[in-house]
Parts: sequence; structure tokens; C-alpha cells
Amino acid sequence: MSLSVTRADIEDLLYLEASLLDTWQLDEWLTLFEEGATYWVPPAGATDDVTPDTTLFYVADDWFRLTERVKRLGKKTAHVEFPKSKCRHLVTNVRLLGGDDDEFSATANFVTYRTKAGDTETYLGHHNYRFTMIEEKIRIRKKTSFLDIDNINSQGKVSIII
Amino acid sequence: MAATIPIKNITEPYVVEDNERHTFLVNRRAFVDPNVLAQEQAAIFDKCWLYIGHESEIPNNEDFLTRAVGGRELIFVRGKDGTARAFFNTCPHRGAMVCREKKGKGKMFRCFYHAWTFDLEGKLIQRPEAERYSEAAQEGMHNLVQVAKLEQYRGLYFVNFDDAAIDLVTYLAGAVEYIDLTIDHSEVAMEIVGGMQEYGFQANWKLLAENSFDAYHGLSTHATYFDYVVAAGGQFGETLTATAEPTDLGNGHAVIEYGAPWGRPIAKPVAAWGDEGAAECAEIHKRLEERFGKERADRIANNNFNMVIFPNFVINNIMAITLRTFFPEAPDHQHVKAWTLAPADESASMRERRLYNFLEFLGPGGFATPDDCEALKLCQKGYTNLTNAGWNDISKGMGQDPIISNDEEQMRIFWREWDRRIAGMSS
Repeated sequence: MSLSVTRADIEDLLYLEASLLDTWQLDEWLTLFEEGATYWVPPAGATDDVTPDTTLFYVADDWFRLTERVKRLGKKTAHVEFPKSKCRHLVTNVRLLGGDDDEFSATANFVTYRTKAGDTETYLGHHNYRFTMIEEKIRIRKKTSFLDIDNINSQGKVSIII
Repeated sequence: MAATIPIKNITEPYVVEDNERHTFLVNRRAFVDPNVLAQEQAAIFDKCWLYIGHESEIPNNEDFLTRAVGGRELIFVRGKDGTARAFFNTCPHRGAMVCREKKGKGKMFRCFYHAWTFDLEGKLIQRPEAERYSEAAQEGMHNLVQVAKLEQYRGLYFVNFDDAAIDLVTYLAGAVEYIDLTIDHSEVAMEIVGGMQEYGFQANWKLLAENSFDAYHGLSTHATYFDYVVAAGGQFGETLTATAEPTDLGNGHAVIEYGAPWGRPIAKPVAAWGDEGAAECAEIHKRLEERFGKERADRIANNNFNMVIFPNFVINNIMAITLRTFFPEAPDHQHVKAWTLAPADESASMRERRLYNFLEFLGPGGFATPDDCEALKLCQKGYTNLTNAGWNDISKGMGQDPIISNDEEQMRIFWREWDRRIAGMSS
């Protein structure tokens, strides 16, 4: 099987994803994923080969917990995100790493700003994505957001989708 | 309302306990005043036993890690002789930290500034142009400085910066029982799994001590977590309400013990784990019964507990085990270190359930901890009003019989010890 997407196609998807996250349209954001997809945030400073069965992650969501995370963030009782923080997701250095339409991967650098109650927190690192094509649309199979920092002493939490 | 308790513009005392009116108030200045922080450093962090790490973090000879504890930068190392030691991470020459790695393995520490080199017992073994030092400066005076006391109980290592401190086990007092209940999960050894979580937030450290064994806040602060537990098939019929009495463990330590709706990888299955998980739990429970008898096995398997070992070490044995310590970087900022502890002999499937459990509640990306931190930040911000609204109320359950864990007696135990130590300093 060949690969029918270009880097520009992936950039379009990532920019759309960033926009949905910035505007807190998390139900729509979830539709960018394949059913059964996973979302991981390893601990700050982790290398690309870490897995949540041997390393204590911040987030290691399977599909069930990812959908529950989205439900939770939609509630007023998700206190850390009420009132909703202001977010800006910047995505850059996008590279298509290869594969075919059944599964292909890409990486991108990011800076995500979260502002609440006068404090702005900065998350920076890189995303590793695995994608698949479903009915000619790119769908995320796995998203892993690596924080390329030492710890989250100044951020304190990973309460938003990075 | 009788006006026997001043409610504004007061500077002393910090803790007002009235056993006739059954009220317990804490002065909010205790959370914001830099002078209080300085007193805490001298009267508490320089005197009490402070958790540094677990034996499994330096399992082999020549393993080391570096860690900030109690306002110091320390090296925790297992020597060639197998003995664990703690040193201040500073060169006796001009003070640079001699070890810059978070963890590793090696035969020596070398300060790169002037290449002074120390063995794992802290002894200076080499420095360039050593002959240029006087005889007095040759022998012994340039070794790494060892922390006054390092002791362990069942693999949990603590340091104490006070030469005159009582021994660790005496200090731990009744907490020993709950450490035993935790370490007994394994027939072999317990181990730290997957490293350390480090995060910080803008709230006084004592707020996290209170929060770590506050059952009262559970249902309101963690409503979304309990929604999730139900969605995941937890048996919510088992109430979270903590009805047993909180236990005063001595020396400012306290614990609450209770049942809860979530699954526990030490032998309390939930529906979501399926038949396979239930069967595995039954097997673990059977071994616990063989080792400890039914009553203690049931207690180990079913009972959750939240324990604060004064001043800043938490063992929460809940849907997973978390160890947590926190230290003030300012009156309104703390740095948290957290780990999870698990049986080294656990199956891969149970380990997976355990870590899944941990992450759904605990840590910076969990469904609960970030809401706790948000609440504590709001407390801290609320204290900017202390000139006009100066007191925290920690009276819940006073005068009731019995006092239950959903009350606030465990926090009062913490605060009585805190007050005793701070007051002892100013007298």
C-alpha cells in the first residue's frame, strides 16, 4: 500500500486540531481520532522510547479514558479548568516520517500556552503521531506529547490537552 | 455568637483550640508569613525525619541519585560496601555541586570546577596539585559532608539534619503499623515503579498535608472522578464515607482508614477487571490469608488509608500506592515529589491495572490531583484577605462521638504538632 498524503495534508490536520483545542471544542477534537486511539503524555524529559507499563506517565489514556477525559473537561466540576483557561497551541517543524495509508507517522514541535487567573504556563516539546486513513480522511491512531523540559514545577499539572 | 475568639487583625497565636466550645482555628498568617517559613525551617525541617527515597531507587552497589530534601541538595548513594549514605551535594573546596546527574552509577564523584574527586564513602581521593596544601589541609578535612542521620524502616529511607534527633523508628511511632500494612503487600520486596513525578504549585505546603488525608473534600472536589469510577464499572454502593475514627499515630502523624468504590491491585477487584482480574485478586487474597490470617488479609486487601507522617511525607494506599513529599520554596509555593510503590513480584497484568489506576486519579494528569491543586491555590489566594478574614476553621467533628475520618481530627493532630514545634521555638 502506498502513502497518499503529503506533509501539507498533515499540517492542515494539525492546525485544525490546534484550533479545536484552542476553542475548547473537545468533542469535535475527538472525531479526529480513530476509535480505539490512545493519547499519552510521558513525564517531562522522557525519551521517545518510553512506555507507560514501566514509566510513570502524566497521561496514558486508552480510548475509554480519553473519551472520559473529554467528558470530564466539559463539566463545570472539572475545577482546574473552570472557568476555562485560555489556550494557544502552536505547532511547527512538522515532518512526515513515512509509512503507508494503513499506518503512517509524523512528528511536530509544539509550544502550548495556558493562561488562567493571570498566570500563563508554557508547555513545550514535540508530538509523535501515528495516523491511519479512514474513508480518505486522516485519523489519529496515537498521539504522544513529549515535554522537552526538566519537570513541571512551574506548570504544576497537565490539565489541558497538550 | 460569643466573641471569645478574635476573628480579625490578629497576629498571635497561630492555633486556637477551644475544647469547651469545640472549635479549632488556624491563623491564616501561618500560610503567608515569610517569618513563619523561616521558623518552620529551623523548628521542623531541620529537626524532623524527612523522607529521601526508597531502597529500590539505588538497588545495587555504586548506584546514586541526587535529590533536594528539606531545603538541601543531597546525594543518596549505595557504596561499594552496600551501605546507603547521604551527603550534602557540595564540594568542600568552593562549594560547587559535585554531582549533576539525577541518577546514575559510578565509582566516584568529581567536582569539575577544580577536579576534586571523592569516593562513594565521601572521602577525598584526588585533587590536582595536592602537594600545595598544608599538612593540616591534607587529612580528613576535605571530605564530602555526610548528613547527620540516615535511617531506614522496611526500605523507606529518611534523613535528619539534627545530630540529637531520636531514632527513626521511635519517631515514626504508630506509623510503623501502616508502613507494615503497605510493605506486606509483597512477599519479596516493594519497588518504586517508573520514576518520580515532580511538580509545583502556588500554595503553602501545609495545605497539601491537610489535603492528603482530607476525606471531607472527596465527593465535592472529585465529583468528576467519581463519575468516571461509575462509568468504569466501580461499585459505588460501597460508600466513600469514612466512618472509622482517625488514628493519632503520635509525633504529629495521623491516618484515616476506610473502604472505597475503586479497585485495588492488592486483591480488591472491580467489574472492569473482568473474570481474569477477579481470579487473580482471589489468588493474591489467598496468599495474604496464608501469610497473615483472614482478618489482616481482608484489611490489607480492602482498606484504603491516607497517612501523613509529620511533617511532609504521605503514604496514600488507595487505588494504587502513592508516596509523596513536598517542600516549601516560598510561603505560597511548594515543590512536590511523588512516586508509586508496588510489589516487585506482581504480575504484568496486575502491574498494568495498578498503573492505570494510579494515573486515573493521581498525578499532574489525573482526574483528581489537578483539582486538588486548584483548590489549594484558591485557598492561598483567599488568604490575601487575611487582614479582614483571618482564620481557617478545622473544627469538624469536635464534640461528636465518635469522631469519624470524614471529620477533621487528623488535621488537628498535624496542627497541634506544628504549633508545639513553632511555639517551642519562640519561647
